[in-house]
Amino acid sequence: MAHSATATAHMAHAGHHELGFVRTYIFSTDHKMIARQFLFLGLFMMIIGGLLALIVRWELAWPETPIPGLGMFLPETGGAIEPSAYNMAFTMHATLMVFFVIMPILAGSFGNFCIPLMIGARDMAFPFLNMLSFWVTGSAGLIMLSGFFVDGGHAAAGWTSYAPLSAVTSYTGVNWGQNIWCISLFIMGVGSMMGSINYITTIINMRAPGMSLFRMPLVVWSLFITAILLLLALPVLTSAAAMLLFDRVLGTSWFNPSGGGEPLLWQHLFWYFGHPEVYILILPAMGIASEILPVFSRKPIFGYHAMAFSMIGIAFLSWIVYGHHMFVSGMNPKLGLSFMITTMIIAVPSAIKTFNWLGTLWGGRIQFTVPMLNALAFVSMFVIGGLSGIFMASTPVDIYIQDTYFIVAHIHYVVFGGSIFGAFAAIYFWFPKMFGRMTNPALGHLHFWPTFVFFNGTFFPMHILGVGGHMRRIYNPTQYEFLQPLQHWNVFITVSALLLGVAQIPFVINFFWSLFAGKKAPANPWNSNTLEWTAPSPPPHLNWGAHVPTVYRGPYEYSSPESKDDFLPQTVPPTPARARAGRH
Amino acid sequence: MLNWWLPENVSTYGGEIDRLFHLIYWITGGTFVLVFVTLLVFLVVYRDRPGRQARYTHGSTPLEIAWTIVPALILVVLTFLSVPAWSRIKMQMPPTDIVIQVTAKQFNWQFTYPGPDGKFGTADDKTMLDEMHVPTGKPVRVNLRSQDVIHSFFVPQFRMKQDAVPGREIAQWFEVTKPGKYELPCAELCGFGHSGMKAWVYVHTPEEYAKWLAENVNVARAAAEEKPAGEAKKDEPKAETKTRGKAK
Repeated sequence: MAHSATATAHMAHAGHHELGFVRTYIFSTDHKMIARQFLFLGLFMMIIGGLLALIVRWELAWPETPIPGLGMFLPETGGAIEPSAYNMAFTMHATLMVFFVIMPILAGSFGNFCIPLMIGARDMAFPFLNMLSFWVTGSAGLIMLSGFFVDGGHAAAGWTSYAPLSAVTSYTGVNWGQNIWCISLFIMGVGSMMGSINYITTIINMRAPGMSLFRMPLVVWSLFITAILLLLALPVLTSAAAMLLFDRVLGTSWFNPSGGGEPLLWQHLFWYFGHPEVYILILPAMGIASEILPVFSRKPIFGYHAMAFSMIGIAFLSWIVYGHHMFVSGMNPKLGLSFMITTMIIAVPSAIKTFNWLGTLWGGRIQFTVPMLNALAFVSMFVIGGLSGIFMASTPVDIYIQDTYFIVAHIHYVVFGGSIFGAFAAIYFWFPKMFGRMTNPALGHLHFWPTFVFFNGTFFPMHILGVGGHMRRIYNPTQYEFLQPLQHWNVFITVSALLLGVAQIPFVINFFWSLFAGKKAPANPWNSNTLEWTAPSPPPHLNWGAHVPTVYRGPYEYSSPESKDDFLPQTVPPTPARARAGRH
Repeated sequence: MLNWWLPENVSTYGGEIDRLFHLIYWITGGTFVLVFVTLLVFLVVYRDRPGRQARYTHGSTPLEIAWTIVPALILVVLTFLSVPAWSRIKMQMPPTDIVIQVTAKQFNWQFTYPGPDGKFGTADDKTMLDEMHVPTGKPVRVNLRSQDVIHSFFVPQFRMKQDAVPGREIAQWFEVTKPGKYELPCAELCGFGHSGMKAWVYVHTPEEYAKWLAENVNVARAAAEEKPAGEAKKDEPKAETKTRGKAK
């Protein structure tokens, strides 16, 4: 350890002046630059994924009418969306948002940024592999985007790509689009494996002196657990994607019953990956909230150990709940019962976390900064997403609400209300450290409040549609008599969704304006305890000067009687007098 | 109550599903109110004001044990309450003499009645396109099949949903309590014609159903006796498929 520390310190001096533009900004091995790259990748993809969602929403509110502005791209229909294009739009919306927005931003960007800085490491364990991870993921993203330009259009079998719809070209008319989908996810899976190995190794081996596992900030815990889930879950997806590709181009029949294959095998593989994936998307956001709530409540996190252990519990249980996606799939109904039990149990650690977050606020001194508002939105929206999940966990109720808009509402409360608000919270919170400049709080409020209002306007009524029986993935709800009385909700939702899109403009302005003209950030703008705030903003290459920090205490010592300030950084050594005062 | 948004239930087991739905609605609704009121009160009471000192505490073991055990108990109870309905709907098959072969394909539903001989695969089978007729007051067994991709048999008012998976036959049942005409949409994405893939379920009183059966399924027997075996049933669905090509 000591040896490698001096070796890297040596490298710091050697490397500082020699890195050119390409090695600094493009093929960088610095974890902070890679974090920025992942952030830009995710935000860019979020624009595309968001526009696709608006296309879907337009179609549902005003079916088969031309979409303003789309006429120049679709001259043959005058801007109206055809059923196959509609299927492509929601398929790619979900694919991009899950694999190229939330994963790159939460796991890719904040994983890279936070882990070394918060455990007191100078960089990742394998900096070159880290760089490779970004470029492999980035290439996968480019390959995925190329699918929009091939003959037959992009994949249109849903992000779940259920076989045999996805396995046989003639069923959808999509040929290379679906192949590209498989190839891209295969490559993305390889990239994420590189990242996850790196995260796990770094956290286990490269913590600063004194940084025991239970002195780690909870966001590092969450990223550690996420990395383990990534390492174990993504290979299942990559294998399944390869098998699907083989079915499509080599004539194997893994999933196609006409050749002796089994359609449900795809679902088992997909959801065996897919359910841990949901926790991959939400765990880092839980970590981020656990980081931000104590800082702006000026209070220690409530129940640190329960928070860490509940995440471990979620991680374990996430492997044995996946069958709840398949209650009406034709899977043996007895199996449905066991998956119902595990699914009910996994709600318990989520409940523990929610109550502990409330406990953190209790008796605090709450400061409503922009990151705090987003973190509070995360907590409250995650509560709704978690509670609506209980409906689906009950197998008889799931018979009715499976494949309806209730599920769409649920998943968006978890991955938008949860993960995306978590991502916004993280961006506003760490922006000063990441880019060395403060964001504009007025623009931040102008972004947060409309986003929060229109998010609920968009997704809450979807519960009502789902309870009314409104199916997912239908092109034109007015084709069904029983849905016609609900159509006004579709219009309401679409108007909210359009406004939700408009509400992101202040974010884009704020982001780029602050990047170049924001107020210079001090090292510790939020009076926070964790190690990243002991480095300059932005941290230099290898993060700290001659010595990495030494850790003396846990990460959440706010308003401690040991200190006259309301915060006590992890690096401040206990003085004998303070140690004595603390014991009383 | 929620009845204004759940469609009317017309099946014998739908009531059990609705009862569970309402139970979960009240439990989650109560939790929602509890959490949000607490959250809002905390945000107002503990907001940053001059002179306010935050409480220095790392947690409370009794409280944490309480909010682990209480949700766990509620969820376990909910699980056990869900088991009987699930087992009745999906794991048991009531004895019945009304069996209908349901075959899904892009983008239609075919309903085959066994005809007077009560057997499938014989010349007197009668196949209807996008139209199913069943009586009230008797369990109806449907054997779900698919010819191409996965489809899903969904009748909102019956509270019934089951995927039809190619390569296997899945037997399901329902018993309707109220005559009427109900929509049967496909609930699983099945391609570009997924939206609009639907059938109508005509639910008759037992007498009307007997009449319908005599007029429609027995006609098939008469036709089959006149024509060479097997011809009558094969031509019909194909001819009707053509008329429904709107999805393209």
